[in-house]
Amino acid sequence: MIRKTLEARVQHLKEELLVLGSMVEQAMQQAMDALKRRDLDASRRVYANDQAINAKRFDIEREAIVAIATQQPMAHDLRFLASVLDVASELERMGDYAKGIAKINLLLGDQPLLKPLIDLPRMVDLATSMLRRALQAFVQGDVQAALAIPKEDDQVDALYNQIYRELITFMMQDPRTIDQANYLLWAAHNVERMADRVTNICERTLFTVTGEMRELDGPDDETLAPVGGEPAA
Amino acid sequence: MSDAAPALEIRNLNVYYGDFHAVRDVSLTFPRNKITAIIGPSGCGKSTVLRSINRMNDLIPNVRIEGQVLFEGKNIYDPDVDPVEVRRRIGMVFQKPNPFPKSIYENVAWGVRINGFRGSKAELDALVEEALRGAALWDEVKDKLHQSGLSLSGGQQQRLCIARAIAVRPEIILMDEPASALDPIATLRIEDLMRDLAREYTIIVVTHNMQQAARVSDYTAFFSTDETRTGHLVEFGPTEQIFTNPKDPRTEAYITGRFG
Repeated sequence: MIRKTLEARVQHLKEELLVLGSMVEQAMQQAMDALKRRDLDASRRVYANDQAINAKRFDIEREAIVAIATQQPMAHDLRFLASVLDVASELERMGDYAKGIAKINLLLGDQPLLKPLIDLPRMVDLATSMLRRALQAFVQGDVQAALAIPKEDDQVDALYNQIYRELITFMMQDPRTIDQANYLLWAAHNVERMADRVTNICERTLFTVTGEMRELDGPDDETLAPVGGEPAA
Repeated sequence: MSDAAPALEIRNLNVYYGDFHAVRDVSLTFPRNKITAIIGPSGCGKSTVLRSINRMNDLIPNVRIEGQVLFEGKNIYDPDVDPVEVRRRIGMVFQKPNPFPKSIYENVAWGVRINGFRGSKAELDALVEEALRGAALWDEVKDKLHQSGLSLSGGQQQRLCIARAIAVRPEIILMDEPASALDPIATLRIEDLMRDLAREYTIIVVTHNMQQAARVSDYTAFFSTDETRTGHLVEFGPTEQIFTNPKDPRTEAYITGRFG
């Protein structure tokens, strides 16, 4: 093998991306778990830990830029490094969604939940599983997986729509629930957006391996909720 | 800067060729077991500085050198220093591969012998093999050690010259454009070899190819010339910093291809 320096840098970046991915996954799981249990201290920890995610993202970006500047990557190597910059920023935004959910729990204060959270944690399980596998596919250059994973976004969207309908019903029945129901909808929207960003990572895998740049939407990308602003943190 | 003690230090080096002031007031510290690249436009004095480090300039008539080159705390220009011993401990690899018109084996064994080797044939064989392995050439030549060194490809010849340089166990290896006569693949092989060698040796490489400097080195020194064509050091720093965020606008102009 030649170009050992470039190879070593690429390998290290892959490892670092997996580390960042697991930090994000953990943040999302912990944020939802804290909301479910109304554990404000846990939410404060998630909120504070977002700093570490942001710092890791910058480290990865710096490293990728140094590799581009010093190693003259071409073709596949160049596509990989350009994609790393993108994937790292997707992960950082997902971290913001987790932080946003932590903030919602803090905003709810000592209010009891309208109902036990069932579908929201399921959404998180789906989205984090998609994220984990999408990152694996990215570092392994697995196009098959990258093409398959975005299709699972339908399940996330279905849960989101279900939560949306349920919360609207609560709000119609009792306007006093509007405040909390809105917050919970906001939380659901954050998870839904996270899964959308998983698709962006899969697009980068396709690009890295084949050079092809195209959107990988699931078969049905429609959601009931209005598109637009992204409530994050 | 590396935490380790420096391998070599240049202090206030000035080099004159007759009346011409070729290099002005260079001070540089070379970290141990690292690769330092010296880059800069033609005539900036980078090769002159390199050759000053193992007293190769002594061989040029009318040269005058001021300042100090401290190696293990001792100025190599002190009158009691033997330049031949300096060149054993600070080896050199040149731009054009220059194997002797002798066998591959003899090319490597030669330096060992002239440095007073008194061991057995078997010990010499072992030294030759170790040097050829160190230069990542052994597997390609082990079955034809007694063929002429000139029968090898350009890239192999350059690795043979590297084997010859490391056979005498130097501490520092100077390389003057070591890959400029090689094709791109042979060049990348030499660069990988340099990274491997940096585990054991301190390497100082002059290159006009700044992409190569970026790829291979840990530290980069950028030299330029002033209006009197005298070469001088503009900036020295970690390679990553020099190529992503140089401090001096002249370095920025050079590495972005806007000058030089």
